[in-house]
Amino acid sequence: MATKNATKLKFDNLVKGYKDAFPFYQVLDPSGKVVDRGLEPNMSDEQLTELMRRLVWARTYDRRVTLLNRQGALGNYAPGGGQEASQVASQYALGEGDFFAGTYRDLVPLIMHGLPVEKAFLWYKGHMDGNNYPEDLHAYSPQVIVGGHITHAMGVALGMKKRNKKNVVLSLNGDGATSQGDFYEGINFAGVYEVPYIAVVQNNGYGISVPVEQQTQAETLAQKAVAAGIPGIQVDGMDPLAMYAVVSYAREHALAGKGPVLIEALTYRFGPHTMSDDPTRYRSEEELTDWERKDPLHRMRKYLGDKGLWNEEKENEVVEACTEEIKQAVAAIGQADKQKISDFLKNMYEVSPQNIQEQIAEYEAKEMTDHE
Amino acid sequence: MSEKTIVQAINDALDYKLQTDENVLMYGEDIGPNGGVFRVTDGLQAKHGVDRVFDTPLAESGILGMSVGLASEGFRPVPEIQFLGFILEAMSPVTAQFSRMRYRMAGSRSMPITVRAPYGGGVHTPELHSDSLEGILAQIPGIRIVIPSNPYDAKGLLISSIESNDPVIFLEHLKLYRSIKQEVPEEAYRVPLDKAAITREGTDVTVIGYGLMIGEALKAANELEKENISVEVLDLRTIAPVDMETIIESVKKTGRVVVAQEAQRQSGVTGQLMSEIGERAFMYLEAPISRVTAPDSVYPFGAAESEWLPDHQDIIAKVKEVYDF
Repeated sequence: MATKNATKLKFDNLVKGYKDAFPFYQVLDPSGKVVDRGLEPNMSDEQLTELMRRLVWARTYDRRVTLLNRQGALGNYAPGGGQEASQVASQYALGEGDFFAGTYRDLVPLIMHGLPVEKAFLWYKGHMDGNNYPEDLHAYSPQVIVGGHITHAMGVALGMKKRNKKNVVLSLNGDGATSQGDFYEGINFAGVYEVPYIAVVQNNGYGISVPVEQQTQAETLAQKAVAAGIPGIQVDGMDPLAMYAVVSYAREHALAGKGPVLIEALTYRFGPHTMSDDPTRYRSEEELTDWERKDPLHRMRKYLGDKGLWNEEKENEVVEACTEEIKQAVAAIGQADKQKISDFLKNMYEVSPQNIQEQIAEYEAKEMTDHE
Repeated sequence: MSEKTIVQAINDALDYKLQTDENVLMYGEDIGPNGGVFRVTDGLQAKHGVDRVFDTPLAESGILGMSVGLASEGFRPVPEIQFLGFILEAMSPVTAQFSRMRYRMAGSRSMPITVRAPYGGGVHTPELHSDSLEGILAQIPGIRIVIPSNPYDAKGLLISSIESNDPVIFLEHLKLYRSIKQEVPEEAYRVPLDKAAITREGTDVTVIGYGLMIGEALKAANELEKENISVEVLDLRTIAPVDMETIIESVKKTGRVVVAQEAQRQSGVTGQLMSEIGERAFMYLEAPISRVTAPDSVYPFGAAESEWLPDHQDIIAKVKEVYDF
């Protein structure tokens, strides 16, 4: 009897269907050919050129900052090269007043959201002014606790909804974050309160060295949306047009009051996790070469080149401009004030309690002496 | 003015802040139609609407992480953690996030969050419903931990906490919720943060405590008065960071100190008090500082808690020890 009943329940079949519900969305294939006209975003020539400019800027930044790190001119750096579509094109789909919450790898989209390059550099250096944000910069400083900002982003989105704002929140995180409790709590709350929130998971295949297959038995990370009852979609994270399109549509969905969307972007970081990581310990040269063929810049050069919107000369202009901006930012951070412990203490509270007051006085006296 | 319990006094404070500040939001598990498991938020959703007072999914990290986001949008969140023991699920938003956001953002952002949570023993709860975790929280820079010991302070301290632009963990003792009544003004008033109170003046020994221990200390003081020992009772109210000025002033007067906490002995709030007093007022001390605490076991199984919890008898014994030294 027991055996007969058990045969009716095909547990393995239940799982097999999951992946089918999450097709892979792509607009441009790696060669730059449009594969899905239906999904092609409605972008003007100016917007396409601007997006390309930003992608090239991001790649140049990644190369220059990697170099500066090796020279010891900046602190630790988490390279973004390879992930330009999931970082830059996602952010490019945002509007005025939208909020951005990213990780330590997402400095480039944060810069595009309004953070001055100089502040990004101060952040790498470990200088407090790097996070001293102007009032109108709608963003959090880079989050270090993996997945921690997902609940914050959901909270910002709930606040926007309560204030009837026509805005959304975009968060970026990696594949590793989807193993964290805060990821589930964040998307679950977002669903319950139907908040205008777009969660982009940049699945670059590894949480430092641990492959995504060891993070989860799920075949896609998009399907994690099912548990929260919200839309989930898997996108070619090396395809800037697909990323821009899907985030734009998610934004429209959110602004229509329909709630959050979870987007899994399949991407790859060409570089190490951080500058102190050695990816040859866990990834093969072949795998890297395979993904380099999917380079987001390559397919956009072809696509825009065919339209007569992009050429080498334009690309060089962006590279030079970015290099110059970086040079100026490096010079500027050299001028940054020496950090003082008394200032750290002053930032702990708006109204300092006794222990802080005492310690401010103590350190100010010491700093005065050091100065003399 | 009428006699109120701590539950009513807190409800008053919450009602006042919801009424007068449209940025105040209140949320947590079962705080809506149910009015909270202790009825502290009773009637607030019906009065102020589901947009201002609402239930959340059962996930503490989500509740406190969301508070960060709401504060960033200019709200003044007053989340409830149903029992303090459950805040262990949310140590990341407390310790790694909102407590340090102002520092992290170089002073350019504030986190005006007041987390309310019941704690403390004596009412025979299941495990993790009675733990005194304030010592764990007290090590976190960037927050204040506020614990009222009576209805008057509960209302005034909560209003001050919610109005503070710095984050506060506001702890409400389970046994005190309904066990004491006190005259509480109908209108709003503020009891300052960072200020200890001399609850009873005395000249021989200072007993320093907070929460449930204040009632026990007063009981002890009344007993000891019969033996001509004059006890000063000092209620910390803001237990971290502490008001050392008021403490040292009292220590200079009495020269003898007993510190009392309901929590376990190891690494507790009173240990910090002892070392601070030792550093700052050693020359004024007539006797070693003595300490009343629970033992270093996990909070006990309910039926044994009266054996485990420190009470006025323990305080009397320690006061006599330092008095006779």
